[in-house]
Amino acid sequence: MDIPYTVEARPDTGVYNAKVGMWLFLASEVMLFGGLFSSYILLRVGAPAGTWPSGLLSVPLGTINTIILALSAITTLMAWVACKSRMFERFKLFQGLTILLAIIFLCVKSYEYRDKLTHYEVVLKSGEIADGHLIRREPSGDIVLHGHVVKEHAELMNGRKHVEHRELTIAKDQIVRMQNYGPWHNTFLAIYFTMSGLHALHILGGLVVMGYLWGPGSRMWKTDPDRFTNRVEVSGLFWHFVDLVWIFLFPTLYLI
Amino acid sequence: MQATSHAAHPAARQDTHHEAPGFWRSYVFSIDHKVIGIQYGLTALCFLLFGFFLMLMMRWQIAHPGEAIPLLGSFLQGLLGDVAANGIISPELYNSFGAMHGTIMVFLAIVPLAVGAYGNYLVPLQIGANDMAFPKLNMMSYQIYFLGGIIMFVSFFIPGGAAQSGWTSYPPLSMSVPTDGQTFWLIGMVFLITSSLLGSVNIITTVIQLRAPGLTWMRLPFFVWAQFTASFLLLLAFPPLEAAGVMQLMDKVAGTSFFLPTGLAVGGNLANISGGGSPLLWQHLFWFLAHPEVYVLILPAMGIISEIIANNTRKPLWGYKSLVYGALGIGFVSFLVWAHHMYLTGMGTHIATFFQTTTMIISIPSVIILTCLLMSLWGGSIRFNTPMLFALAFLPMFGIGGLTGLPLGFSVADIHLHDTYYVIGHFHYVVAPGTIFALFAGIYFWFPKLTGRYMNEYWGKIHFWTSLIFMNFVFMPMFVQGFSGMLRRMSDGAVQYSDLKVEGVTGALSSTVIGLNNFILWGAVGLGLAQIPFIINLFWSISHGEEAESDNPWNATTLDWQTPTPPPHGNFVTPPSVYRGPYEYSVPGTGRDFIPQDEPPAAR
Repeated sequence: MDIPYTVEARPDTGVYNAKVGMWLFLASEVMLFGGLFSSYILLRVGAPAGTWPSGLLSVPLGTINTIILALSAITTLMAWVACKSRMFERFKLFQGLTILLAIIFLCVKSYEYRDKLTHYEVVLKSGEIADGHLIRREPSGDIVLHGHVVKEHAELMNGRKHVEHRELTIAKDQIVRMQNYGPWHNTFLAIYFTMSGLHALHILGGLVVMGYLWGPGSRMWKTDPDRFTNRVEVSGLFWHFVDLVWIFLFPTLYLI
Repeated sequence: MQATSHAAHPAARQDTHHEAPGFWRSYVFSIDHKVIGIQYGLTALCFLLFGFFLMLMMRWQIAHPGEAIPLLGSFLQGLLGDVAANGIISPELYNSFGAMHGTIMVFLAIVPLAVGAYGNYLVPLQIGANDMAFPKLNMMSYQIYFLGGIIMFVSFFIPGGAAQSGWTSYPPLSMSVPTDGQTFWLIGMVFLITSSLLGSVNIITTVIQLRAPGLTWMRLPFFVWAQFTASFLLLLAFPPLEAAGVMQLMDKVAGTSFFLPTGLAVGGNLANISGGGSPLLWQHLFWFLAHPEVYVLILPAMGIISEIIANNTRKPLWGYKSLVYGALGIGFVSFLVWAHHMYLTGMGTHIATFFQTTTMIISIPSVIILTCLLMSLWGGSIRFNTPMLFALAFLPMFGIGGLTGLPLGFSVADIHLHDTYYVIGHFHYVVAPGTIFALFAGIYFWFPKLTGRYMNEYWGKIHFWTSLIFMNFVFMPMFVQGFSGMLRRMSDGAVQYSDLKVEGVTGALSSTVIGLNNFILWGAVGLGLAQIPFIINLFWSISHGEEAESDNPWNATTLDWQTPTPPPHGNFVTPPSVYRGPYEYSVPGTGRDFIPQDEPPAAR
């Protein structure tokens, strides 16, 4: 039993099944990320004054990742064009490039996560706050930070303000409370980790599918090149959507 | 075109079965939409019964607070331990039952029945397709649903028990209750949302792509339109809840404060959280799903009812196009009414006015659909068989449910009625004698297509009349209780507000109002007993029912009846073509009272 229109387009709708399915899936994805972006807006608007930090994320790294994803959008398209023009080697090249770019994106992203998770805010007995990256923990329980000391929490809200960073050694008995910049630290970081994490999961999912089509899945090229080309097209649609989400995430999380 | 089962089977077998698949491929990991539909149906019916038993135990506790449950009490204690000590339902257990009754009924019983079972089984048949567009995704959809159900079910047995914060899971309450049941609930919901995503993508793609030649949009049976619209609602309304679910999961396991405000105190102590979150945000995201979800519950039911009414009045549906546009209208407006669940959250009167207006607007297409179905009865030669009786009862029962919703839609009236038993009466009239009756009607109606046999009419009618009477015994008194101001979610059945306890206080509840609890309890017990003939009838008739005389025993017009019985893998003997609309009953001058959709026009 064959289901019709799996490969060729249905004449009156002009599309094949998987393409309709992918567009519907993307519509639902728009609502998923739409829900998160709406939450971002409502949480930010409703945040008590002076509690929403800015400039916590590295704009250069975000820009690099934006460029990487923009490039991968081009290579994705070129891979599909190569399939359409029946140039399998070219497809392999461009699909491979897309996969490489996606991996670089994830590496940059995990570096950024690591940077946040090693960044600590330490409330001291004196009432001051030490803020910086943890270099090491001494056996005695003392900690060494690379950062600075501020009088009030509010001074940490603008990460873009340039301050002198130096190595600080904090004795164990001076520490009242110590917390890293994970999602639990404040609402901005919570939504940052949730949104960019969900996006990274989408990248990972796309990576698995693209990797499959580049590797074992590409055997279909010999038996059914049209169907294979459709698969490349549909996975490309998904990839463009993931890129597009990042285009919204970058200004939302990094710039404003 | 009228293939009898004897003639059709060998041909179909040759065509579709190259080799017989084994047990696992045929019944467990099947990719045949009909098997998946039946899997959905049986699983969901089990959950329906389970959800009903939860409610039965709660009704006992409401009517007899602090008394051990008869028969089940010691069993419950053995199963759940201290929360059911001496067979008495503790308030915590009552809350778990309440939350899980709602969750199970909506997400694990009614929607999987209405969309998973009926949509899967009938949509490809009615549009003349040989299967769904993505059979493997279809299989995964069922399995993910099943896993989600298991996760929900298992949560009863973990330390602390199942989720206790209502099916709505409002934070910060849901965060403060010390049980991991809430985490199970959230993970279970993510599974169920994924399953419904796969299912709805499948149904929509199938309708768009796999319609038989000649089956134009305006020739689709109304049932297909209803499923199509409901699938769009599932596709677009569920993801925001998934987003919210992920955020609440982060609150629960990663210590974020999306829904937890600054200064939150739990048990008198300041919670150790970063704060700055918004409890209202959850409610917005939740109801953005949960109101369209109401229409996911009701639209497929309307679809089933319209098929049965057209068939059993032997005349075309009155106002087919109005029905279609009505369904689409409901689908569209249902995205704009969610905050009428939130009038009492202090969200601002201007916003309340907006949502009050849209809520009144959405009643228009609902009334159009109900009116069309009512008008369809006019002048028909009605066959009063069991499916038709259920379909006829649906109309006034859904009418009561719909009309009692209007006072809740007005923000002023809602101040009094919000969170009372009136609300419970209202939405149960929509879903229980509404949607569930439609699902019963559909089971009796399509049973001969699935099995080649009728269900027993006599016991079917007993099932119908007893269910109808006891349904009303259960839900009608709730309006009275609600008007009197009796609140929902109280594990003691409002005894603390009895005027015997708080004498002379205005608004205290009279013994009559509280006494209705006992009446409702016995109504519910009767309703449970009324299902016994149905359950026996369902299984007994598979092998012992009266044999259907043909593949199309009801003389129906739509394509689902123009297949062998039961339809083989691949459905049709020859791919059908469609030449006419879905309801060509009693066309003058044709000599018989129905013309199937795939019958070519007579040559002149």
